[in-house]
Amino acid sequence: MTKIEQKKSKKGTWIALCCIAALYVLLFLIDNVFPSTSFIVMLTPVLKKGAIYSLLCVSMNLLNGFTGLFSLGQAGFMLIGAYTYAIFTIPVAEHMSVYQYFDGGAIQFSIPEAIGSILGPTGGAFFGSIIAIILAGCVAAVFAALIGIPVLRLKSDYLAIATLGFVEIIRAVFQWNSLGVITNGSNQLRKYTAFSDMKLTIGGATLKFGTIFPFLIVMLCIIVIVLLINSSYGRAFKAIRDDEVAAEAMGISLFKHKMLSFVISCFFAGVGGALLAMFQTTIKAQSFTSAMTYEILLMVVIGGIGSVSGSCIAAFLYIACSEWWLRFLDSGKFLGLSVPFFRDGFRKVVFSVVIMIIVLFFSRGIMGDRELSFSGIAGGVKKLSGRLKKKDIEEKEDTGNE
Amino acid sequence: MSGFLNAYLPHILTGISVGGQYALIAIGYTMVYGILRLINFAHGDVFMVAGLVMVYATASMPMYISIPLVIIATVLLGFVIERVAYKPLRSAPRMSVMISAIGVSYLLQNCALYFTGGLPQTYPVIPFISDSVTVFGQTTKMVTLITPVLTLLLVVILSLLIKYTKMGMAMRAVSKDFETSQLMGIKINSVISFTFIIGCFLAAVGSLLYFTNYQSVIPTSGAMPGLKAFVAAVFGGIGSIPGAVIGAFIIGICENLIKGAGWTTFSDAFTFVLLIVILLAKPTGIFGEKATDKV
Repeated sequence: MTKIEQKKSKKGTWIALCCIAALYVLLFLIDNVFPSTSFIVMLTPVLKKGAIYSLLCVSMNLLNGFTGLFSLGQAGFMLIGAYTYAIFTIPVAEHMSVYQYFDGGAIQFSIPEAIGSILGPTGGAFFGSIIAIILAGCVAAVFAALIGIPVLRLKSDYLAIATLGFVEIIRAVFQWNSLGVITNGSNQLRKYTAFSDMKLTIGGATLKFGTIFPFLIVMLCIIVIVLLINSSYGRAFKAIRDDEVAAEAMGISLFKHKMLSFVISCFFAGVGGALLAMFQTTIKAQSFTSAMTYEILLMVVIGGIGSVSGSCIAAFLYIACSEWWLRFLDSGKFLGLSVPFFRDGFRKVVFSVVIMIIVLFFSRGIMGDRELSFSGIAGGVKKLSGRLKKKDIEEKEDTGNE
Repeated sequence: MSGFLNAYLPHILTGISVGGQYALIAIGYTMVYGILRLINFAHGDVFMVAGLVMVYATASMPMYISIPLVIIATVLLGFVIERVAYKPLRSAPRMSVMISAIGVSYLLQNCALYFTGGLPQTYPVIPFISDSVTVFGQTTKMVTLITPVLTLLLVVILSLLIKYTKMGMAMRAVSKDFETSQLMGIKINSVISFTFIIGCFLAAVGSLLYFTNYQSVIPTSGAMPGLKAFVAAVFGGIGSIPGAVIGAFIIGICENLIKGAGWTTFSDAFTFVLLIVILLAKPTGIFGEKATDKV
C-alpha cells in the first residue's frame, strides 16, 4: 500500500482510504452493535453475496475482458473451490452424519480443528477457514492448469463451448458415487465452517466477523488482480486480447500468458466458490450449472467488459436488485395495490428484460472499459455498499495510469 | 452376440430415436453457425418453449389444431428473436452476439419459469406416436420408429431445398462469404431470417418427438438437449447438415449405451468428453470445411 500512496495524489488517497475505513467500521458495527432489525437482516446477505459475486465477476473479467478468452467454465471452478473448502472444514465429529451413506467418508481431517488445537476453537475456525479458502483456490488452479493445456489451444466460441463442456464433466465427476467417500456423491455437504462461525475472542470479548470477513477476502483478491492487470503481465494480456497475431509477433508467448490468466482467474473463481459455500451453508454439485456462469457473465457485461470497478458495481447492483429491491415484483402487491401478474418469478422476467436492453442498446455497460475515477465519485451520491467498494479499486487503478 | 443385442437393443433403439431428435435441433445450430458464426445459445430454449406451447395448446384445443399452432408459434419466436436480439448486433463483435444469445436464453427460461410457476408441466399424449409397439421382442413407443424416418425425410427435403432453390443457393453463398454475397445483391436479412425459420421449424418438430418420451417439461429441459445438439453439430463439422445429423445419431446412441451400461452419471459428461476430443483432434469435425486464417 505504501507504494500506491507515494504515486497518487495525497488528497484522493486519503479520501479513498477514509471511505474504505468507514465501510469497514460500518460493517463491523453491523456485525456487532446494530440490532437485527428487518433492514439489517435484508442488508447483510446482500452485502455478503454482493462481495462474493464481485470477486467472481472480476475473476471472469480478467479472463474475458482483459485476456479476451471467452471462457464459460466459471461454475465448474467455483464447484471445485466450494467442495474443497467444505470437505476440509467439516468437523470430524460431524462426518458420520454428513457422509451418512459413505460410512463417514475417507477424509478424517478438518483444518479448523487442527488449527483450533493451537489457537482455540474460535481462532481455529477463523484462521482455519482462511487456509481452507486458499487451498480451495489452489485446487481450482491445479484443475485449471490441467484443463488449460488442451483447451487453451482453441479459439473464441470453440473455447467457450469446450469450457462449458468441462463444467458438465466436473459436475458429473463430483456426483459420481465411487468418489462419494470424498465428495458425498450427489448428496449435499453441510455443517462446515460458515460465515456465522467467524468470531474472534479478544481480551474476553467475542467479536463477530460474519459480514466483514467476505469483504476482507474479496478486497485482498481484487487488489491482487488489479495489481496483476497493471503489471507487465497485464499489458501482455491486453495485447493478446486486442490482437493475438500482433502480440505473438511482439514476442509475447501466447500459450504461457493465456495459461497464466486462466489459472489465476480460476484460482479466484475457486476462492469465490469457497466463499459462496460459506454463504450458503450447504452445497450441492447439481446447483453449479452453466446458468450460474451465464449469470456472472451477464453481470460482467452490465458492469462493462474490461472494467474492474464496473464489475464490482454491477455485482452489487445485480444482487441487491434480485435479492432485495425487486422483491416486491414477486409478492403480488405494489404500493398497497394488488397486481395480479406480480407473482413468483415476475422479478426474474423483468430482470432479464432489463439485461437484454443493456446487452442490446448499452453494450458498453455501466463503465465500459474505463475505471471509476475519483472525480466521478466525488460528484456522485455515496451509496454505502456498492460505491464505497469500488473506491478501493479506483485507488489502485490509478497506480497503473501514472 | 444375441445376448448383447437383447441386453442393449432397447438402449440402441432409444439412442437412434434420441439421436434423430438431437439431429433436428442440431440442424438449427449448424445452419445458424454456418451463416452468422454464432452459437445460438437460445436454440435449446426455443425447443423448450415449443414443448410448453404444446402443453398449453392441447389444454384447450384439439390435437390437429395444436400441432400446427406449436410449429407456427415456434417459427415466429425464432424469427422475432433473430430480429430483436441478433440483427441490431450484426456489426458488433462476435462475443457481443453470443452474450446476447445467452441473454435471450436467460429471458426465455425466466419467462417459462414465470408462466409455469416453476411446476413441471405434463406433456400431452399425442395419439399414434405415443402408442406402444413391439420391435424384435422389445416394447417401445411408436415415436422410436418414427423419429429416424421423419428425421431422414426432413433432412433430404432440406438438402434438396438448399441445393436446388434460389434461397438455398443464397444461403450457401452467405455461409461462404458474408460480405461478398451482400455485394452480389443477396438480401442478407431475409436469408438469415429464413435460416432461423427453418431451424425453429425443425426444433418444433423435434420437440414434439422428444417430449413424447418424457413425462413433463420444465424451464431448463431445453438446455441439455440444446448443448448436446450443439456438440453434435461440432462433431459432424459445424456448417455441414449431414455432419450434424450423423453426429447427433452417434451421440444419441453412445449416450444411451452408456446409460445401459449403468454409468448414467456420465452419460451427459461423455458428450462433452467427445466434444473436447474432437475439438483437439479435428477441430473442423468430420465433414467440416477447413478454415484458413488470414492475417
